[in-house]
Amino acid sequence: MAPTLKLALRSLLNRRTTAVLTVSAIAISVALLLGVQLLRTAARESFANTVSGVDLIVGARSGPLNLLLYSVFRVGDATSNVSWASYQKIAHHPDVAWTIPISLGDSHRGFRVMGTDAAYFEHYRFAGSRALGFSAGGPFVDLYDAVLGADVAKTLGYRVGDSIIIAHGIGNVSFAQHKDKPFRVAGILAFTGTPVDRTVHVGLQAITAIHIDWQTGMQAPEHFRVSAEQARSRDLTPDTITAFLVGMRSRVMTFTMQRAINEYRQEPLLAVLPGVALSQLWELVGVADSALAVVAAFVVLAGLLGMLTAILTSLNERRREMAILRSVGARPGHIFLLMVLEAGILAAAGVLAGTALTYLILFASQPFLERQFGIFVQIRALGSWELVILAAIIAAALLMGLLPAFRAYRNTLNDGLQMRV
Amino acid sequence: MSGFAIQLDNVEFSWPSGTRVLEVRQFSVEPRERVFLHGPSGSGKSTLLGIVGGILKPQVGQVRVLDASLTSLTAAQRDRFRGEQIGFIFQMFNLIPYLTVTENVLLPLGFSNGRAQRLESADASAEAARLLQALGLSDPGIAKRRVTDLSVGQQQRVAAARALIGRPPIVIADEPTSSLDADMRTDFLRLLMNECATHGTTLLFVSHDMALAGMFDRTVRIRDINPALPHPPEHS
Repeated sequence: MAPTLKLALRSLLNRRTTAVLTVSAIAISVALLLGVQLLRTAARESFANTVSGVDLIVGARSGPLNLLLYSVFRVGDATSNVSWASYQKIAHHPDVAWTIPISLGDSHRGFRVMGTDAAYFEHYRFAGSRALGFSAGGPFVDLYDAVLGADVAKTLGYRVGDSIIIAHGIGNVSFAQHKDKPFRVAGILAFTGTPVDRTVHVGLQAITAIHIDWQTGMQAPEHFRVSAEQARSRDLTPDTITAFLVGMRSRVMTFTMQRAINEYRQEPLLAVLPGVALSQLWELVGVADSALAVVAAFVVLAGLLGMLTAILTSLNERRREMAILRSVGARPGHIFLLMVLEAGILAAAGVLAGTALTYLILFASQPFLERQFGIFVQIRALGSWELVILAAIIAAALLMGLLPAFRAYRNTLNDGLQMRV
Repeated sequence: MSGFAIQLDNVEFSWPSGTRVLEVRQFSVEPRERVFLHGPSGSGKSTLLGIVGGILKPQVGQVRVLDASLTSLTAAQRDRFRGEQIGFIFQMFNLIPYLTVTENVLLPLGFSNGRAQRLESADASAEAARLLQALGLSDPGIAKRRVTDLSVGQQQRVAAARALIGRPPIVIADEPTSSLDADMRTDFLRLLMNECATHGTTLLFVSHDMALAGMFDRTVRIRDINPALPHPPEHS
């Protein structure tokens, strides 16, 4: 084995251009496969980490995915609202520990504005049990205070104390603006890697205040308007909110409460378990990422076929080499082993280089991925599943090596010691 | 024991296509004998060497080499036997292009324990250097050279050193001098014969060039031992 291994290495070294190209092709395909594998795990984790510690998400009756999308991911719109009375009733239920109201519908330069209250900063959790933290300032104190997500502040260059105007509606460019009631940036949240980063938070009363003189999407004529200062003295309790998050005193009560809310008679409501809804949503999104993994697997196959082609092509010009080896005592088994080893060496080198390439790219792109897409790719050692995949690639290469091995073996038997030039 | 180094009895060989290329009633070589086998190309020489080397197996007849009956060994056993007992030199392109001179010379040792054990000195590369020197490649720098940088004459000496390393009892040379010019030819042959004589190696030397026959103990015309074929179609 040892002299054959040495011969295989030297022979490959002699054909180093082809060998390097073959190894590169395998390395790139392996890097793609590993990259997809690591990214999909990271994406799934980051997805599941979006919201945690919440037992129920409650909104007007629609679909669970729709509710999850607008309440947590700030995607899409609620078809209808939850009345304040119902919200109060549930919020004061003895089994409910806390609730976080969510009121959506406005935006600021493409970022969604969410009305909520102090409970949000206290109880909202993401990535397991991480609480929201402030990188500057603090929660809202005044009626017209806003708290910005990290991306909002960074993209728009805001600092604590800056004044911002909220636009009516959620279009990227909105002509109807709440110009008469500007907000002051009271705080900027630390980066979370969740949709929180792209949200402008204001108080629930502030949402009522900026809409106090609006009717069906239009502001009242000039002399009926209510100024920012006048609004302060009004009753700013909202009539409705968009949705709310519920934390139970005891997890055990969650299902009972969910059923109670879903069967609530006064108003059609829907309560979903965030974990269930998240995994439903992931099943949907996950199709794309499984497709990506399948594509990556085929790229690896293409890389290995490239290797097979390179080895098979080299066989004819190496018949003389094989005959020399046989004349010095190499048995057909040695020739066979030589070819299989060659495939194994190429694949192993490709797998090693591909793994190195993957980590190189991950290290280089980690900050970018987190900043740009909110995906935190944790750089970790290869898991057992990845190791199984890599071993399978090498095994597949060895298996493919059997083809040129059989050919070379047959050639040596046919050629004998004749020197074919 | 037959007492012969090589002995063929009533050997017949045909390619799978059915064409008979060799028919040898009787051919034998004594131990330590140096035999010149003469024949034009296409006379069944390579087939005969393939049979003696255990690469080809005749359909009919007995082949004994040293104390082994090649015709009753399996292909793998014959391969092992060849690696241990026989050194080969070919007409040209004898060397593995991606190995150095020394690595080429040492090649048989990797495949045959017997030859590795027969080395006089424990240091294989010292033996390689000794052989190269004995064959007229005394430049010490040559050991590390790429074989593709050598002249054809130098390459044939390296091939001879490889055939001789580990003292195989038999060396088979198939037109090793055809690609050399006349001066080099006798020079090469003289050194090869010296080395064989020193260690009592049996030499079976095939050539179409009768001018060399005088240097051998005995000359055999292939036409005389292979009467079957006027113009047998050989592969090469």
